[in-house]
This record gives sequence, C-alpha cells and structure tokens, in this order.
Amino acid sequence: MAHDRIKDIWGPTTGFAAGEPWPIRVDTHLRDGLREEDVEHWVQSACVLCSNGCGVDIAVRDGQMVGVRGREDDRVSRGRLGPKGLFGWQGQLRDRITTPLVRRNGTLVEASWDEAMGLVVERSRALLDTKGPLSHGFYTSGQLMLEEYYTLAVIGKAGIGTPHMDGNTRLCTATAAAALKESFGTDGQPGSYTDLDVCDAVFHYGHNVAETQTVLWARMLDRLAGPNPPLHVCVDPRRTKVAEASDVHLAVRPGTNQALMNGLLRELIHRDWVDHAWVEEHTVGYDELARTVEPYTPQQVAEICRVEARDVERAAEVFGTSDRVVSTVLQGFYQSHQATAASVQVNNLHLLRGMLGRPGAAILQMNGQPTAQNNRETGVDGDLSGFRNWNNESHVQELADLWDVDPVVIPHWSPPTHAMQIFRYAEQGSIGFLWIAGTNPAVSMPDLGRIRRILGGDQVFVVVNEAFRNETTELADVVLPSALWGEKTGTFTNVDRTVHLADKAVDPPGQARSDLDIWVDYARRMGFTDRSGRPIPRWDSPEDAFDGWRECSRGRPCDYSGMSYAKLRGSGGIQWPCTDDAPEGTERIYTDHVFNTQDDYCENYGHDLLTGAAVDATEHKAMRYDGRARLKAAPWTPPPEFPSDEYPLGLGTGRTVFHFHTRTKTMRAAELDEAAPDAWVEIAPEDAEPLGIVEGDLVRVESARGALEAKARVSDIRPGAVFVPFHYGDVDRGGRPTRAANELTITAWDPVSKQPAFKGGAVRVTKVADGDGPSPAPDNTASARTSRTSRKG
Amino acid sequence: MHLATYLGLLDEGEKTLAASFRQVAEGHAEEADVYHLCNRLAAECDRHREHLAPAVARYGEQKVEEPEDLHAEGLTTTRTGGVGLLRDLHDLYLLVCYLDIAWTVVGQAAKAARDKELIGIVDHCEGETSTQLKWLKTRMKEAAPQALIVAS
Ligand code: SF4
Repeated sequence: MAHDRIKDIWGPTTGFAAGEPWPIRVDTHLRDGLREEDVEHWVQSACVLCSNGCGVDIAVRDGQMVGVRGREDDRVSRGRLGPKGLFGWQGQLRDRITTPLVRRNGTLVEASWDEAMGLVVERSRALLDTKGPLSHGFYTSGQLMLEEYYTLAVIGKAGIGTPHMDGNTRLCTATAAAALKESFGTDGQPGSYTDLDVCDAVFHYGHNVAETQTVLWARMLDRLAGPNPPLHVCVDPRRTKVAEASDVHLAVRPGTNQALMNGLLRELIHRDWVDHAWVEEHTVGYDELARTVEPYTPQQVAEICRVEARDVERAAEVFGTSDRVVSTVLQGFYQSHQATAASVQVNNLHLLRGMLGRPGAAILQMNGQPTAQNNRETGVDGDLSGFRNWNNESHVQELADLWDVDPVVIPHWSPPTHAMQIFRYAEQGSIGFLWIAGTNPAVSMPDLGRIRRILGGDQVFVVVNEAFRNETTELADVVLPSALWGEKTGTFTNVDRTVHLADKAVDPPGQARSDLDIWVDYARRMGFTDRSGRPIPRWDSPEDAFDGWRECSRGRPCDYSGMSYAKLRGSGGIQWPCTDDAPEGTERIYTDHVFNTQDDYCENYGHDLLTGAAVDATEHKAMRYDGRARLKAAPWTPPPEFPSDEYPLGLGTGRTVFHFHTRTKTMRAAELDEAAPDAWVEIAPEDAEPLGIVEGDLVRVESARGALEAKARVSDIRPGAVFVPFHYGDVDRGGRPTRAANELTITAWDPVSKQPAFKGGAVRVTKVADGDGPSPAPDNTASARTSRTSRKG
Repeated sequence: MHLATYLGLLDEGEKTLAASFRQVAEGHAEEADVYHLCNRLAAECDRHREHLAPAVARYGEQKVEEPEDLHAEGLTTTRTGGVGLLRDLHDLYLLVCYLDIAWTVVGQAAKAARDKELIGIVDHCEGETSTQLKWLKTRMKEAAPQALIVAS
C-alpha cells in the first residue's frame, strides 16, 4: 500500500547484481480509494519535487488530478516514486491564488489581469525610460519549465538587456555548475545514473541522498541488496541513513571540507594511486595540486576536521583501489565554506585516477531542484544561454544572430549578477523593479530580517508569480497567479541530463496562467522587437519555445537539436546531447577524455578558488588547456565564523525527506504534513546534557543575526553540531516565535559560485521550557532519536 | 645595501595594506563578500610580513640611510554607497599595485644575491599579491556599471 511509504520511505527492495538492469517496480497512489479502472486518462509527466525527475503518469478523472503512477519504462526510476512523488501533488489542489492581486493602500486586493499587467508595464516602462535596463532584476526558481526559463532569458537579455537575472538555483546548485566549469570548461554532468548499476564504490560528499532523492537511494539500496554490492563512503556531520549504510563515515566538523579533500588527494599521491600517463595526457596543473595538498597529512586532517586519521586513510584507500567509483556531491559541500574549492577536489580525485567517461566511473555533481539544470542551461541564472561564455565575443555574436539584435544589447561586460547582489541592489534602490517567480525568498534566503526589509520597502517595485499566498507574496506590489505542474506543458532536465516532457493534464484553477503566458504577455505589452521588427520572443507556445531552444543549444554541450516533443512523448527520458549524430541521446559525456576547455568553446576561463578572481582570456590561452581538464587547487582556510565561547555550536541547515523547500506544496498534502508537521532542533546527547536539555524540550537557538525556537531532537549528530530543517517559515504560525532556519544564517557566499554558505554559522542553544513528549522530528530518517548516551551520562 | 631599504618598504607596505583591507571591510560590511574577503586578505598581508620577517632580520643590520622617504599611503576612511565602494576598491587597487611591483623588485635582487630563502618567500607572496590585484579588478568590473550608471 502506498500509505505505508511514509513509514517505509524507500519501499521494498529489488536487489540486483552489478551489470544487470535495475528491476522494475511500479509505485502508484490514487485518491479516495479509486482503482486504476476508474481513471479516465493517464497523462505523461515527470515528478518535480526533487532533481531526480522520476517519470510519472498523472491520473485524470472529471478534469481533476486524482493520482500518480510511476512509468516503468523510465530510465531514471523504472516505475518507482518516493513519498513526495506519491503524495506531494495533492498539495496543489487547494489554497491556490486564482486571480491577480494588487496592493492598494497597503493591502493586496483582487484585480483583473488587465489591471495587474497594466501596473507592471507602467512601472517597468517608466524605469526603463529614466534609469535604463540595469534598473530591472529577475529572480526565478528551480521549478519552472525549460520553455519558461528560455523565454524569460530572451526577454531579459535581448528585450530589456539586463544582467540582473538569477534563480534560487543559486542557493542550491550554483556550486555544481561552478565546479564543473572550473574543472572541465563548461557545465554538464559527466556521469549517468546507470553508472551506479556497475560501480564498485560510491562516495557521498555532503549528500544525504536517502532523503534528498529517495528513488536514487532506492537504486543504491537495491545494489546493496544484490550479490556484489559496492562500498560506500559518506562525508556528513549527521548520522544519516547513508552514513549508517556506509563502510566509512567521516563526520567532519562544519567548515573543514576542503582540508579533508586535500588530505584524500595527498593520500592518493603518496600511495601512488595516480594514473600518471593519463594525468599527463588529459590534465593541466598536477604539480601545483601536489604542492598544495602536501601539508595535509592524515594526522593534520584529523586535527582540523576532528575525525580519525585512519578513517581518512581508509576512505582514500577505497577510492584508490576501486576500479569504478561514482562520487555524488550536494549541499553539505555546496552550502558550506569553500564550496567550489571542495567540490572541484572531488573532480580532481577522479582526474588523478582517470576515472570518468566509462561505465561505473562517474561524477555526479548533484542538483537540488527538479529543473535547476534548465535554469543553468538557458541562462536565467546569469550565465549566457547554451553554456556560452559572456567573455567571448563570438559566443555573444552567435546569440545576437539567433535573436536578431545588436550584440551590445546583450549584457556581457561582466558575469551576470548573482542573487545576493541583486537583492543588495534592490536594497540600495538601484534595482527598482524586481520580478520574482516560483520561489519564496522571504523564507529561503539568508538573514531573513534583511530580506523582508528589502522586499517590503518602497525603493523597489516587487512583482511575484505564485500559486499560493506565502511570506513573499505578502510583501509584493503585484501578485500574478501561476499555473503549476500538470496544468501546463513543458520539458525539464534532471541531474543526469535526462530530459522529460511533462504534458498538461488539467486546467489551472481560476484565472491562473503559466509563467510562459505571463512573460509573453508582458513582452507583447512592452512591445519588445528585434532588428527586423519581429516580436521578442518570436513564440507564444511551449512547443515553439522548445524549438527556439533547440536552435540555441545546437553545437553546444547541452545540445537538444535532435529532440522534439514528438520524440519525448512516449519515451522513458532522453539524455542530452541529442543530435542528428546521436538521435537517441548520449548516456555519458567525455568518453574520449577530451574536455570542453578549448579557448573558443569553454564557458569561462576559470577563477582563483580562494578569491573568485577571474582568469582572463590571455592567461587561459597561455595555459594551453585545449581539451585537457583543469586541476585546480586551494589550501583550506578557516571559515568566517567558527564556534566561539559566546556561540559554541556549529549550525547546519537542510531538508527532511517529507518536504520540499518552503513546503508550499508538501504541507498541503496530509500524509507529508503529518509525517513532519513542525520544525525541530537536532543536538547531540553530549551537548544536550550539560544544557539540561532532553528530547522534546522547547529550545532557543541564537546566532549573531537572529533566533528561533523549536523542540529539541536529541539525535546522533556529531557533538558540537546543531541541525535545523530549513522548510519551516512563519505563514502558518500566527504570532508565535519564529522557527525559520534562515533567521540564523550568515550572509556569506562562495567567492566562485556565489552560493550562500547556509551551513557552518555559529550558534548557542538554551532551554526555554520542558517538553510534553518527543519533538515532531521524523524517527525513520537522519533525525532519528539517538542511540548514544552522553559520555558523562 | 639598499635591499634592506626595500624590505623595510615591503614590510611597512604590507602592514598598511592589511590595515586598509580591514578599513574597507568594516566600512562596507553591508557588502558581505567585500567584508569577508577583505578580512581574509588582510590576514594574508599579516602572513606576508611573518614570511618576510627572517629576511628583514638578516638584512636589517646592513641597512643604510634611506635615499628618500619610501612609503605607501593607506586608507584612513571609507566612503559610502555604490560609487563609494568603487572608489575605495580603486584605492586598494593602487596600494596593491605598489606592493606588487615592490615584490618584483625585491625578487630580482634576491635572485642576484642568490638568496634562495628570499626567492622562495617572494615567489609565494608575489603570487598572492597578484591574485589580490585580480580579485579587486574582478570585483570592480562587476560593480562599475551599476554604480556609475544607475545608482543615485
Ligand atoms: S525521488 Fe524526487 S523526483 Fe522521484 S518521486 Fe521522489 S521527489 Fe519525485
């Protein structure tokens, strides 16, 4: 029964041996006791509640969504769905915004589309006339469709000409992109999920896959249940399910990932687990890397990271002696100090052993959100569309030709503006028009007090496309009701480059419209045109937008030119690049070990990992990378905030398996809400005891920036560390004290990827009141109650 | 030997630069990246002085009268707003340039004097100094359009 999937999160295992196909297991959930024969039609789609993108059919009856069923031919899931995929869609069936809202005398009131768009266009036009394109900023999401992103990218870059475009992908996946670009010259996932089916070892770097991508973990569990399971190594301060299943668990102190990585690299070099001939032929930078990592002996690493030296040695040995290793990386690295540097070292480990581009030898720099990949590809996260290089005039010219505009219109004088900087400009008022779509920065950004001040101030006019009232809509000047998944057609791409078509199954509620329709309407009202007088964008339907994107991507690493809606419909997902030469898509890239670092092809010239200082074209040329990977090194530096006497504990924030982001959908699905109804604070028994804290007590967590209150979960987290889930905001709280994790977080970001360092601030915890039972934290995940007792106890 | 003079200049210059980085960090604490990076680069300047200390000690004894007063002006205050940030980074840039070429000059002398220890020190510190320069340039290029065109 699907309902058991809250308890049995990953479902029954279907063990298989290395090299066998992953067995099919079809998961289904229908509402109200409906049976499959009650369903009128099934509409092809894929789940948008994490970056895995499991293929799913939506069940429709009487014009309503009534259920979901995994697609057995899907290459990502082979029919499986996790708890969020099974239950989460129900959350979008109620509480929707159904008409536009505009602010009058301080309150939001219902308005017609004409009125609302009239206000938007009036303000936009006035600012463009007086202050120019740099007065406009766009902040989008990792949950829209490819067609919507690309349409906005063209409007922003060719119509308006603003460099201020980013997505909340900056908070979750910017480092994945940055690390891939530094090492290989462009974005683009080297590995494929099928590599997990044949590998000998899996390394999880700050990646709690058991909760972030449950179906991917099911795939790994099935290998563990088979005859020749791979070894697992886990780097995570929490005792996650992944850590429990691992052969080596390195619970490093927050802020020290780079020291650990340098230590692993040093072990590889000292024990000569290096393929020197391969390194010579396919990389540049070995000597400097070897020099940089030299001081990081296992003892030194043990000292810095507070782990056992022999565990460091053992982890290096697993890496050094396995034939086929898959490495996965996520927020434990991406949202921590030295994010890009540490993630690049994962690439370096594989490069030293020549371990990529063949089955089972793979890097998966993960994404968090379902469509983050498309945000990056199309260039609404700030990059130039199609992984092009803003610093390369011929790349800019290609886009100018494609869009039929003067190249000077396309902003390319410096890297596009990252999210944190966009909000800073909005704070200062130089961005006077900010359009937010499909994301809730008033809960998800660092240092919330400041974000609320910015959005609520009258120095900036805020437009929000949203499906639900939330903390952000309440600060907006205009709110536009948007259609969600299943209510519109579009494509999106998962972590391993698999493209799915998600067809429209039902009509959106009330007057809600797709973001694509909203932006095309805006562009038409603004009258954006190209040099030949044609409208920008030249399309108004998703399929035409997709065809526009196919042309834009042609010849670039993320080549979609060989794909079409017709081909995607009925398929189990197609991996880009998909071209005339590879019409079925491409499972694995870099199989010839030629990387995208050629001067005229790369997406950027790289950066200094410590400061983010950009390498320029001349310096890049002088290095003669020319298809060889860049081995980039950096020493460990202490994080900006280490625990102190005043704030003695290190803060980590993250997610639980039952929710997505700020819970806009998942809290409205009864099964998921009941499974994790409220926030909690995880603390180790060794730290809880001297503070007089026991399971379920109400505690207060304070940092130099703010405070929150929630119940304590005494768990198996490493001593000295505290964990707070980031899903919970204030919208359903009334006047009670806040529980939003980002009240505490530091405003600091990685110098290369500009991803905020949510993990690793310093906090103190105090007891507020006795509890009346256990905290609401789930018991079958990383937040499980501790099995340890404190040393003193 | 005038090398001692130049070593003194470097030592003094790194001290001034460290103070200036800290000044800009505090003055522009609202720009989170400027705040954190300037503080880190200030610590880097402190380390340059530590690296240099043995050489300063060794050559210090042979110090002759300075031909003229060689020293760099640090930043004493910071400005505000977008243009203010740009101008303060510009001042830092000039200061780092001054040190960058000073390291080059000392490196040349170290080679001629066959002073391997000093050559090693210069190699390390000169590289970091030129990265400081590149970072300032990267950051200023990003800040300039908004500060000069849109900000009021
Ligand atoms: S693993 Fe992700 S994509 Fe798959 S069903 Fe779960 S939430 Fe949806």
